[in-house]
Amino acid sequence: MSESEKPVSLQSYVRLCAVVFLVVLCTTSAMIATSFSHLGQGWTLKVTLILAIAVVNAFLVAGYLMHLLSERKLIYTVLAFTVFFFIGLMGLTMWAMNGFPTGTVVH
Amino acid sequence: MEIPYTVQNRPDTGIYNAKLGIWLFLASEVMLFGGLFSAYVLLRVGAEPGMWPHGWLNVTLGTINTLLLALSAITTLLAWAACKVRDFTKFKIFHACTILLALTFLGIKSYEYHDKLIHYEIALTDGRFADGHLVEESKDFDLTKKTGTVTLHGRIVEDRRELMDLRSPEAQAAKLDEVTIAATDIKKMGNYGPRHNTFTAIYFTLTGLHALHILGGTIVIFYFWAFGGVMWKTDPERFTNRIEVSGLFWHFVDLVWIFLFPVLYLT
Repeated sequence: MSESEKPVSLQSYVRLCAVVFLVVLCTTSAMIATSFSHLGQGWTLKVTLILAIAVVNAFLVAGYLMHLLSERKLIYTVLAFTVFFFIGLMGLTMWAMNGFPTGTVVH
Repeated sequence: MEIPYTVQNRPDTGIYNAKLGIWLFLASEVMLFGGLFSAYVLLRVGAEPGMWPHGWLNVTLGTINTLLLALSAITTLLAWAACKVRDFTKFKIFHACTILLALTFLGIKSYEYHDKLIHYEIALTDGRFADGHLVEESKDFDLTKKTGTVTLHGRIVEDRRELMDLRSPEAQAAKLDEVTIAATDIKKMGNYGPRHNTFTAIYFTLTGLHALHILGGTIVIFYFWAFGGVMWKTDPERFTNRIEVSGLFWHFVDLVWIFLFPVLYLT
C-alpha cells in the first residue's frame, strides 16, 4: 500500500510539514551562507556543496511531500528510466565539454 | 460513459490511471528541464574567463520565493490531507493559501523581470561603459537621429568586465549616481533582457518556463478550489485523487525551483 492509500491524520501531516519547512529553512540558509563564504578551495567546492544541499532539499520534497519513500514499484520503474536518461543527458554534456570541432576558437 | 480506474486501482499497475499519467508526464518534464540545465552548463563552462555574470540577481527576492514555494507545497499537501479526512472547509482554506502564495511568487518574479528590463548597459563612443537603471529619456531622445539625452542611475566603468562580478569588493564599493548621457556619445544601448548575453538568455528561458508552470498549476488549483464543490458532493474520493495529482505537479514545480535558485542566484 502506498502512503497516499493509508488512513490519514491531519495532525500528523501538520507536524510533518512543520518539520519539513524547518529543514528547508535551514538548508536554504546553509546554501546562502556557503555562497557568500570565502572557501579556500574556490568555486568548484562551493558549487558542489551548494548543489549537495539542494539535493537534500529535493529529497525532502520528493520523499515526504510527494510520498516517494513509500510508492508503488511501477512508479519507481518509471523514475528509474527517467534517472537513467537524465544521467545520460548530463553525462553527454560533460563529455562534450572538452570536445570541440577542429578550428574552434577556445577561450 | 464511466471512465474506469479514476478511483479504484488498476489490478495490473496497482494505482489509478491519473496517478500513472501524472508520473509519466513528470518524467517527460524532468527531461525538458534537464535539457535546459544541460544548455546552462555548456554556456557557463564555455564562457570566456571573467565574462560569466556573478551577483546579478537579487538573492533576498530569490530566497523569499524559495520559501513561498516551499510553503505552497506544504499547503497543497495539507489540502489533500484535508480531503482524505473529508474536511472540505479546511481544503478550501489550505488551497486558498496555495493560490495566494503562488500569485505572490509570480508577483515577485515579475518585479525581478521588470528590474532587468529597465536596467541598461550603454557602450560609449570613448570606449567606456555606462550601466544602471533607466531614470528618464528626454522627449527628443532618438538613438538613430542622435538627438536628446538618457539618464541612468548607475555608474560609468572603463572595462566591461567590471560589470560582470557585482559581488566583487570593487563593485560593492562603487558609488551609484545619476548619469546623463547624450545620444551623440552612445555607440550601443540595450537593456538586460534575454538578448543581452547568454546568461540573461538562459535565465529568462529557465525561469520563464518555470513561471509558466506555476501559472498553469495555479489555474488548475484555482479551478478545483472554485468549482470542486460539485464533484466533492457526488464523488469525494475521485475529487481527492484529482487533488493528489495536481499536488504532485505542484511539488515537481517546487523541485525545479530548488535547483534553479542555487544554480542561477548563488553559484
